[in-house]
Amino acid sequence: MITTKDIRNKYVKNYPSAFCPGCGDGMVLNAMSRAVEKSGIDQKKVAAVSGIGCAAWIPSPYWKVDTLHTTHGRAIPHATGLKVGNKDLEVMVVSGDGDCAGIGGNHLLHAARNNIDLNVLMINNGLYAMTGGQVAPTTEHGEKTLTTPYGNPSQGIDICNVVKHSGASHVARWTTYHMNELIKEIERTIDIKGFSFIEVLSQCPTRTGKKEGLSGVEMLEWYRENTTKNKEEEGIYVGEIQYVERTELTEEIYEQISKRGGKPR
Amino acid sequence: MLKPGTYFMEGNEACAEGAMRAGLGLYAGYPITPASEVMNHLAKELPKTGGRFLQMEDEIASIAAVIGGAWSGLKSMTATSGPGFSLMQENIGYAVMTETPCVIVDVQRAGPSTGQATKPGTGDVMQSRFGSHGDYEIIALAPNSVQEMFDFTVRSFNLSERYRTPVVLLADAGVGHMREKFTIPEKVKTIERKRPKEVDKEFFDTHEEDHVPPMPDFGEGYELMVTGSTHLGDGTRDTASFEAQDRLVRRLNAKINDNREEIEDWEEMGCNRADLVLISYGSISRPVKGAVKKAREDGYDIGFFRPKVIWPSPEDRMKEIGKNSEVMLVELSLQGYRMEVERCVGSENLYIFDILNSLPTIEQVYEKIMEVIE
Ligand code: SF4
Repeated sequence: MITTKDIRNKYVKNYPSAFCPGCGDGMVLNAMSRAVEKSGIDQKKVAAVSGIGCAAWIPSPYWKVDTLHTTHGRAIPHATGLKVGNKDLEVMVVSGDGDCAGIGGNHLLHAARNNIDLNVLMINNGLYAMTGGQVAPTTEHGEKTLTTPYGNPSQGIDICNVVKHSGASHVARWTTYHMNELIKEIERTIDIKGFSFIEVLSQCPTRTGKKEGLSGVEMLEWYRENTTKNKEEEGIYVGEIQYVERTELTEEIYEQISKRGGKPR
Repeated sequence: MLKPGTYFMEGNEACAEGAMRAGLGLYAGYPITPASEVMNHLAKELPKTGGRFLQMEDEIASIAAVIGGAWSGLKSMTATSGPGFSLMQENIGYAVMTETPCVIVDVQRAGPSTGQATKPGTGDVMQSRFGSHGDYEIIALAPNSVQEMFDFTVRSFNLSERYRTPVVLLADAGVGHMREKFTIPEKVKTIERKRPKEVDKEFFDTHEEDHVPPMPDFGEGYELMVTGSTHLGDGTRDTASFEAQDRLVRRLNAKINDNREEIEDWEEMGCNRADLVLISYGSISRPVKGAVKKAREDGYDIGFFRPKVIWPSPEDRMKEIGKNSEVMLVELSLQGYRMEVERCVGSENLYIFDILNSLPTIEQVYEKIMEVIE
């Protein structure tokens, strides 16, 4: 049996992390590590790409794999170059909701359309946490944040729905309350050839928690009470949202190269 | 990819051929006039050489994919023009900070903004030097012929690999769309990035004299930490300490500044104590050189100076010229290289002939010369 300590030693460095106490980001790091361990893939071939924000710090500098900590919103196109450059890399993208669905939204759409074999974890805490708690594309209507002091006049986006309809092979949603399911789902993304997208609802006790008077643990309980694995039921659906087989970009490109007599360097 | 030989082609195609000769492994770009021919050509030819071609959703994604490609171990490049070059600036700074070798071709057009897409301009000279935020140095080359579109593309890759830094090929619509003969030589000299030796543990700092640390690929087991945040030699982010910021930013700048002699390149004719020296670069330098030749044939003591590498600028040589001669800067923009030339030669003996939208004729430049010396 591999223990928690073994996992930490094998996958995590620069411990303790800079995350606030009770933050969900450390739990995601744990889930990612366990998923890679369970999948049995070579840790050396795992690459993690992130953008800017609290979630972007999950792999960088804590995860013991090659990490590319890029500019705000641009993790996905950087990851695209990395994957197309070397198809043997298992490329994970870890991005917050602002990073992925806001400033990087266009890249997300097109990566899903390309169905490129990336595993994207979008860590959704419902606001811009690193800059103090401003409204994000995922913030619910009416919510008060630093920049919506009178309530959010806009609507939160259902990003899984957008990714699903853009052509991704695999779309799912979980929360940090559902650790075992999350680990399994990440493990699946490693197996799946095509664009995998997991939205992970993750607590930010420092911004949202403070505002709502909830601790990290209480926020986890909120996830338990307000989510459902039954699509027919009221509440936030968690589980697989889509799985379809479609052509994958990297494979297509490599095939075109070899058909034209080229040898991928 | 064409075999060695002489061909009649346009500058943008010669650039694409040069890139493949240099060992291009990944191209990512977005269509834009007057640069699209680079990508059109590569879309067809690059896969045959084993290289990857990507058309991305925009220019921001293009430069991002190029950087990702470079860390996968490939020589990577994009090509664009003014509006796209503006969009790329943030990630060019990221490439500088992370010491990612890559080539950005900017086939300049008349700006600002959308400007005139098919007309040449050189209004991006300062942007190529200062366009991204923060303190940094960059290398930029300015070709003036189809041959140089080929040669300088190769050299751009070589410089980027040698110094682990982004390099800008600062062309213009004049030279990008120009059609003329050029030669692909039997042997093209290429340079590969410094790879880690067994003892190497730091890939973001070095005590080597050239200031260039070795660069591994992703997937080799180094647990690389590549970040645009200020970082220590092993890549660990350090967002607060004086030492980290001071050490890193000074080294990145020194990497270009201390190696100027190896990087700089220019062409000159009759510049020693001439009455007047014409400074020009890019496509417009051709009628300028023609006019200088004519004036010299007519017995006037006129010199010609053309920076081939525009950044870092050949400042020492320009300063010397400015001490002994009057200078006339001829360029396809109002501001292009002006501040830099003025800094080097002084404003008292500097004349300006700036022209927008199209190249002047040899006669027009000749007339300007006469106006100044008479
Ligand atoms: S601000 Fe919120 S999301 Fe960021 S580290 Fe703290 S708890 Fe986590």
